[in-house]
Amino acid sequence: MTTVGERPAQGFENNDMKPVGHGRMLRKEDPRFLRGKGHYCDDVQLPGMLHLAILRSPVAHARILSIDTTAAAAHPKVKAVVTGAALAEQGLAWMPTLSNDVQAVLATDKVRFQGQEVAFVVAEDRYAARDALELIQVEYDILDPVVDARHALDPSAPVIRDDLEGKTNNHCFDWQTGDEAATEAAFTAADVVVVQDMVYPRVHPAPMETCGAVADYDRIDGKLTLWSTTQAPHAHRTLYAIVAGLPEHKIRVISPDIGGGFGGKVPIYPGYVCAIVASIVTGKPVKWMEDRSENLISTGFARDYIMRGQIAATKDGKILAIRTDVLADHGAFNGAATPVKYPAGFFGVFTGSYDIQAAFCKVTAVYTNKAPGGVAYACSIRITEAVYLVERLVNCLADELQMDPTELRIKNFIQPEQFPYTTRTGWVYDSGNYEPTMREAMRIAGYDELRREQAERRERGELMGIGVAFFTEAVGAGPRKDMDILGLGMADGAELRVHPTGKAVVRISAQTQGQGHETTFAQLVAEEIGISPADIEVVHGDTDNTPFGLGTFGSRSTPVSGGAAVMVARKVRDKARIIASGMLEVSMADLEWVKGSFHVKGDPTKSVTIQDVAMRAHGAGDLPEGLEGGLEAQVCYNPANLTYPHGAYICVVDIDPGTAKVTVRRFIAVDDCGTRINPMIIEGQVHGGLADGVGMALMEMIAFDEDGNCLGASLMDYLIPTALECPDWETGFTVTPSPHHPIGAKGVGESATVGSPPAIVNAVVDALKPFGVRHADMPLTPSRVWHAMQGHPTPSF
Amino acid sequence: MQVTMNVNGNEVTGEIEARLLLVHYLRDHLGLTGTHWGCDTSNCGTCVVWMDGEPVKSCTVLAAMAGGRKIRTVEGLEQNGQLDPVQQGFTECHGLQCGFCTPGMMMTARALLDRKPNPSEHEIREAISGQICRCTGYATIVRSIQWAAAHEAASAAEAAVADASVTVDSVGVGGPS
Repeated sequence: MTTVGERPAQGFENNDMKPVGHGRMLRKEDPRFLRGKGHYCDDVQLPGMLHLAILRSPVAHARILSIDTTAAAAHPKVKAVVTGAALAEQGLAWMPTLSNDVQAVLATDKVRFQGQEVAFVVAEDRYAARDALELIQVEYDILDPVVDARHALDPSAPVIRDDLEGKTNNHCFDWQTGDEAATEAAFTAADVVVVQDMVYPRVHPAPMETCGAVADYDRIDGKLTLWSTTQAPHAHRTLYAIVAGLPEHKIRVISPDIGGGFGGKVPIYPGYVCAIVASIVTGKPVKWMEDRSENLISTGFARDYIMRGQIAATKDGKILAIRTDVLADHGAFNGAATPVKYPAGFFGVFTGSYDIQAAFCKVTAVYTNKAPGGVAYACSIRITEAVYLVERLVNCLADELQMDPTELRIKNFIQPEQFPYTTRTGWVYDSGNYEPTMREAMRIAGYDELRREQAERRERGELMGIGVAFFTEAVGAGPRKDMDILGLGMADGAELRVHPTGKAVVRISAQTQGQGHETTFAQLVAEEIGISPADIEVVHGDTDNTPFGLGTFGSRSTPVSGGAAVMVARKVRDKARIIASGMLEVSMADLEWVKGSFHVKGDPTKSVTIQDVAMRAHGAGDLPEGLEGGLEAQVCYNPANLTYPHGAYICVVDIDPGTAKVTVRRFIAVDDCGTRINPMIIEGQVHGGLADGVGMALMEMIAFDEDGNCLGASLMDYLIPTALECPDWETGFTVTPSPHHPIGAKGVGESATVGSPPAIVNAVVDALKPFGVRHADMPLTPSRVWHAMQGHPTPSF
Repeated sequence: MQVTMNVNGNEVTGEIEARLLLVHYLRDHLGLTGTHWGCDTSNCGTCVVWMDGEPVKSCTVLAAMAGGRKIRTVEGLEQNGQLDPVQQGFTECHGLQCGFCTPGMMMTARALLDRKPNPSEHEIREAISGQICRCTGYATIVRSIQWAAAHEAASAAEAAVADASVTVDSVGVGGPS
């Protein structure tokens, strides 16, 4: 029997001094990455492995007249050439998307976007596979493309989806939320109404690792093993079973180390299916890795929302109502990864952090001749668009009323005593205390001093801007009664086994793409059962070895899978208590849990550690009557609600009046993600999202020319921030726990991506105030800022 | 064609196609998968290795061009079971998340510190500006490199003190022969 060493005082954040639990702790996954020993998809090498390359459409819209694969098939290193027609014979030419649409695996009738998959080659090495693509002859009858979503519903627009029976236009879906009549009444009664059109352009998550897969189909036992760049291995397994007709227990999906996902690795891409088909056809393992251009032109884009926002207020700055019309460009197939009931994702939280009387929004989605996708790039399932809309509108209102943007926000915040707060569009915010978060950001920034400096600089003709944004996120999808993807509920499983010597393994359904699950999930379990995180192995990303769950996206790991990890640890601890009561021969009520051991109340000399209990659970000694041996448990955690993190961001920019180049001088981010598990990892998540914001606000856009050619098809054309465009981020935090999450944690992965773009745009617009600019659309490149300074609206490309 | 090069101190010879990229030679032929393939256009820098001491983007170097040269990859950073201070800095300061850009970042960082042991923040940012990280927002990478610089400086100072004390001791026993 041992006693636990001295425990740190409350609020101690350095875990190096603490045997177990929450706090700063270096990452358990780092040692392999530091040595170049990470194991990513393209690192998988199997004996006899073949390589697959995909022939893609060079045009945006065309009918396929013929495909001649003779020369490619005759290439000495080629093992197979497969077209859509061949797949159609097996019923595999089309597959369901995550939004209940269908998408071509390989085109059979038409190509519908530039970069669409047309045929694939399997060859002995990756260069030969590419060579053979050049030998395939495709004859296209080129059709007019639909490039501008604004004209997709014109009667004269060509119909893209003529594969859908009876389809006579490019309408994808309509969705609305809120109370239209009440909103109209509030607008009619308002003193001030501000209307602003804004575009959230198409961007791309562009993770450093592109998408790929290695499929290995064993013809003898009929088992398919698929290593793939997926953020949702379990969901993918089920969908492969449905699409390919393979029995689900014969499919093992392994998501190895993933080089960043950002939502772009949630959908199933045709390449994965092609790799599976290729392995079945050839009887060999087959690797497919797309290159950067393929990644940018064909995998899940993000945003592409054309919005008209309206905000109504009293003349003294009380916001009354918000409404918006959205035209959503979904590309050629509706491939958005979003819960079924929410075709526009969680855009419904566009009322933001404000207590208002009425709200209404209408989203119309259309098909265009562009790549499918829509929900990616750390967007919290369309909350990026919602937060951008409301935070730009509030700033426009502040301009109109000549109020300080912080003062206007604070005046309209939902108050702490109003939580749980039901918004006018029906979302139940779990908890929040907004003003302290805003004040903390203002304190760190030295807000008043910044405003004084700005006034002085303006006197000198210098262009300095201060941008403010405040966001409320809705993350952790989600409660089963409300949320599913293709009928799969969004709960998460967890299994925990404590071995006889008191070491443990926890198996989780979420997996990491860099978020550090192997560390934080060990910490979550450690905090509950008193075993050091170093002694807890986290298993993830392998469907044969982990319980079912929907995966890592929408900041859902901590809110959902993290909840599961905590609950399974508590279940194990409950069993351990029963065993401990037998060992100490006292009733359970007489036991006190001090992290890591059970003590007899009033007798500090009598205690057993969790390790003692583990050995007893597996040993030969008696256990309390009716109790099975072993010390393990499993749960499936169904969250009661989403969690609602919030944050206050302040950005300071300088604009060169000669070149119109924007420099982000400072960025202050104060996040409230509820209970904090590992502050080092939280800070890292926030930093990454802030850089995303710099990219989207100032640099990144997937643009198209009038023929539908993608103009962002390489990293020379699609600009991503480097270390030189990013400042040294200044972060802070407040803590408002979630009332329903087992430890009060809320999730943080996407907060900064959601909150930073409006802060930066607000700063740029603020800097351009002397030019009478009220709005300019992202990305605020020097040319766009220059246009704005000349009084011209943002160019339409 | 046949190519011979020195990789992390070992001479290797391989039969290759003339068009084979160095990144694919290292990864697919030698199994050194720590060097990654990210963009094909020299923009992302996840493929950075050293060629004769200079950081190069191995996606735009032919394996044939590396013939007769010394290549150092991330697998060659650790020496005698000791992590390089740059590697230590990256874990201490959370300079990596998904780990995909990390090898290239560390190779560039090591080259920078070899030339300039005490770089300014701006010099660090400039040095890694040919490389992209999608996870960290760069601040922690900068701190990681600063950590390595500071610890190398401290080690050098310790070594100098140790050397000095050896000299004193030596003097005490009559001086070195």
